[in-house]
Amino acid sequence: MNAPTDPKLLERSAALQGLGDSRLRKEDARFIQGKGNYVDDIKMPGMLHMDIVRSPLAHARIKRIDKSEALKIPGVIAVLTADDLKPLKLHWMPTLAGDVAAVLADEKVHFQMQEVAVVIAEDRYAAADGVEAVIVEYEELPVLIDPHKALLPDAPVLREDLAGKTEGAHGKRDHHNHIFTWDAGDKAAADAVFASAPVTLKEHIFYPRVHPCPLETCGCVASFDPVRGELVTYITSQAPHVVRTVVSLLSGLPESKIRIVSPDIGGGFGNKVGIYPGYVCAIVASIVLGKPVKWIEDRIENISSTAFARDYHMDGEIAATADGKILGLRVNVLADHGAFDACADPTKYPAGMFHICSGSYDIPAAYCSVKGVYTNKAPGGVAYRCSFRVTEAVYVIERLVDILAQKLGMDKAEIRAKNFIRKEQFPYTSAFGFEYDSGDYQTALDKVLHACDYKGLRAEQAQKRADPAAKTLMGIGLATFTEVVGAGPSKMCDILGVGMFDSCEIRIHPTGSAIARMGTITQGQGHQTTYAQIIATELGIPSEVIQVEEGDTSTAPYGLGTYGSRSTPVAGAAIALAARKIHAKARKIAAHLLEVGENDLDWEIDRFKVKGDDAKFKTMKDISWAAYNQPPPGLEPGLEAVHYYDPPNFTFPFGIYLCVVDIDRGTGETKVRRFYALDDCGTRINPMIIEGQIHGGLTEGYAVAMGQQMPFDAQGNLLGNTLMDYFLPTFVETPHWETDHTVTPSPHHPIGAKGVAESPHVGSIPTFTSAVVDAFAHLGVKHMVMPHSAYRVWQQLKASGVAL
Amino acid sequence: MGKQLVTLKLNGKRVEKAVEPRTLLVHFLREDCHLTGAHIGCETSHCGACTVDIDGESVKSCTHLALQCEGAEVLTVEGLAQGAVLHAVQEGFYKEHGLQCGFCTPGMLMRAYRFLQENPNPSEEEIRAGMSGNLCRCTGYQNIVKAVQYAAAKLQQTEKVAA
Repeated sequence: MNAPTDPKLLERSAALQGLGDSRLRKEDARFIQGKGNYVDDIKMPGMLHMDIVRSPLAHARIKRIDKSEALKIPGVIAVLTADDLKPLKLHWMPTLAGDVAAVLADEKVHFQMQEVAVVIAEDRYAAADGVEAVIVEYEELPVLIDPHKALLPDAPVLREDLAGKTEGAHGKRDHHNHIFTWDAGDKAAADAVFASAPVTLKEHIFYPRVHPCPLETCGCVASFDPVRGELVTYITSQAPHVVRTVVSLLSGLPESKIRIVSPDIGGGFGNKVGIYPGYVCAIVASIVLGKPVKWIEDRIENISSTAFARDYHMDGEIAATADGKILGLRVNVLADHGAFDACADPTKYPAGMFHICSGSYDIPAAYCSVKGVYTNKAPGGVAYRCSFRVTEAVYVIERLVDILAQKLGMDKAEIRAKNFIRKEQFPYTSAFGFEYDSGDYQTALDKVLHACDYKGLRAEQAQKRADPAAKTLMGIGLATFTEVVGAGPSKMCDILGVGMFDSCEIRIHPTGSAIARMGTITQGQGHQTTYAQIIATELGIPSEVIQVEEGDTSTAPYGLGTYGSRSTPVAGAAIALAARKIHAKARKIAAHLLEVGENDLDWEIDRFKVKGDDAKFKTMKDISWAAYNQPPPGLEPGLEAVHYYDPPNFTFPFGIYLCVVDIDRGTGETKVRRFYALDDCGTRINPMIIEGQIHGGLTEGYAVAMGQQMPFDAQGNLLGNTLMDYFLPTFVETPHWETDHTVTPSPHHPIGAKGVAESPHVGSIPTFTSAVVDAFAHLGVKHMVMPHSAYRVWQQLKASGVAL
Repeated sequence: MGKQLVTLKLNGKRVEKAVEPRTLLVHFLREDCHLTGAHIGCETSHCGACTVDIDGESVKSCTHLALQCEGAEVLTVEGLAQGAVLHAVQEGFYKEHGLQCGFCTPGMLMRAYRFLQENPNPSEEEIRAGMSGNLCRCTGYQNIVKAVQYAAAKLQQTEKVAA
């Protein structure tokens, strides 16, 4: 679509606040006045409160549960354990990854803070009192925390329920703690390259277990109406339609009797994709008691038990020529999945899209394998602000390329440029079989290097390194990453058999305003603002009068939800195509009203006009009215459309990030002097919102790289599960972000958009590590394990003999 | 558990209610007074989503008892706007895209409201230090800093006009 140049047309176009407009957010009015509607804000008549008895031990047999004291507490209504759920066959539930997970611990506990019993009471204080009064006797079992020991012959047996099962959801299991082994690429081809390559290197790259930790924890209000046989559940879910399907399968209630509503959500970041025992127990309690039941996690429960991310132990190898052309890549991963395999990935991909690990580089031969194992830790493995396992993949390739540059004495920008998939190679099929849609990496890299005066920075660094009295070490980090998002084509991607399409329904009202309903759900991304902009440009209706609704399964068409940067690539396409169906009908109505043929009409911003006669036109407002009172003969009245979009491919956003750090040689503190983020997400819908998403993603990346981790002791105690210990950056240490962009539209997406909000998280983490390690590169340091906290960096300063 | 009476001025109106002595202020506000603007993010005073203003000070209501508010003047986010006119901090957050999911926003607004009275003309560094008891997972703070700067400028301008 060409942008108009005539001032009058420009004015009309601007009034729509369509694509490219930094319109302010529609969501904000309620949030800034304390009128949001988050799940804990919901109250229903007669509502009861649920709280959870959790295991203090990581691995133990349950000898006895005594509810009697709890039931004496005023206000306590019921206490449920696995034995109460057994008759309903709900003490275990299927996971999204093809495993089962205990809803309430059945005979034994598998991780610290596992759900053992629930207490339902008249208010949350009484429920908490009840939790304190439930007596559980345990017999301790040997604890398995180190995944490297999981597959030893004498490793403790974790999953007694799987005894004798040699076949899992993803193929053969060859050990009692083995979940799956999955691989991609051509092993023989990669091995052949490694056997003859002039240069090879290998590095162990550990990506620690972290937690998405949205500010709002998980929770729900379940309300079963025994008279109508209907269940309504308000829930913190990034995928309400999937929840409805799962609840139907578990409960036996038809989907038509279940209404799942995701109200306002206080951040998700992957934490709110899964279906947790708390939800199931609240629903069961409501069905059993016939009253609404609310369950809200506290922060310790959130960090300890719902959906961790990462925990990938990666062995990466790279083969290259002596002048730095990469010939081959091999990555073998040991993946710690915790006690139940509850990863949230497309069903056929137990390691998600990890095979994007060839990155932005033209690598002829590549192979990766991922082995998942059970340990006595909480289940999860979600994509924390990324598409499935893409963060891990990007981290491993970016680290390996840095290390290769260092080994060959090459500059880290130069080696990247040398190996980029070139602009003219797109669409490009990687050695792992992904078809990259579009990209122009070199232009973006040049822009960043120029903006940051990369040469100048290197000169300054050389000077600093030559000065033994310098108080700081200077490091320059670079990452040139490519993501794969927008899952996904249903021929490849499904969740529990449901294809990963998404949907949109648009209705144009007689007076020309509109409502759009979507299968996704915003958690801060501003869908109510940006989705309207797509429709505004497609249909010439002002954004201001377009209402966007999501999250209510009774009103919205079925969709797979919001995660993996799929809202714009998948649902955004559904919007555009639903709008185009309406546009086609509007053309028929306009032709009828103007008494000309459809081909005699031109579309112009907000109207159809008769070719060659500017005075003869019908605006969308005129057409909307006509659709309800004088549609052309043979055409049904009304103006609405539904579109289910099954994407032909993923989208491949990319970015070039540069970071400069100064490390205090006395304290090990790392100060981020500069962070420059160039993102290319294809067509940009709302630049203000894009920038906001990038700031947020960079800050979450900073958190992961510089401080977040979930450490366990040998007994399986999680040593940091409050905000006292688990690092969320504050105003003070969060760096100042500089953003930039190029625009390389996706050729297969109706508006060319690729998705953006996760790129900054995915791309910034290797950039920070690259910068911190770079500060020590002249001292022979190749890699350092995240998080780069002051203490750890100080240890490196000591080890390298440069601590002051 | 026996209940005790607590009497306070809440968003300008006198409120008298009987509460269990252990009732936290945030639960009192959200459940007894139906003001759900203050949110619970951590229960340990770290995140600040529950921040309200008590007698001219920012207080994290998740670790404050309702009974401690006996005789106090409490202001919550619901009391910030004057009728249909938004407070400068609310306007700033809207205009500068200072919020995304909105969960931290009421606490941020209440802290910004008080902070700009403590320091009406702050530098960026002072804003970052003065607001650092409130956490946000979405925005990366940069636009919140801008929002507070916007509000500071607007409040100063209003003061000038009034003078």
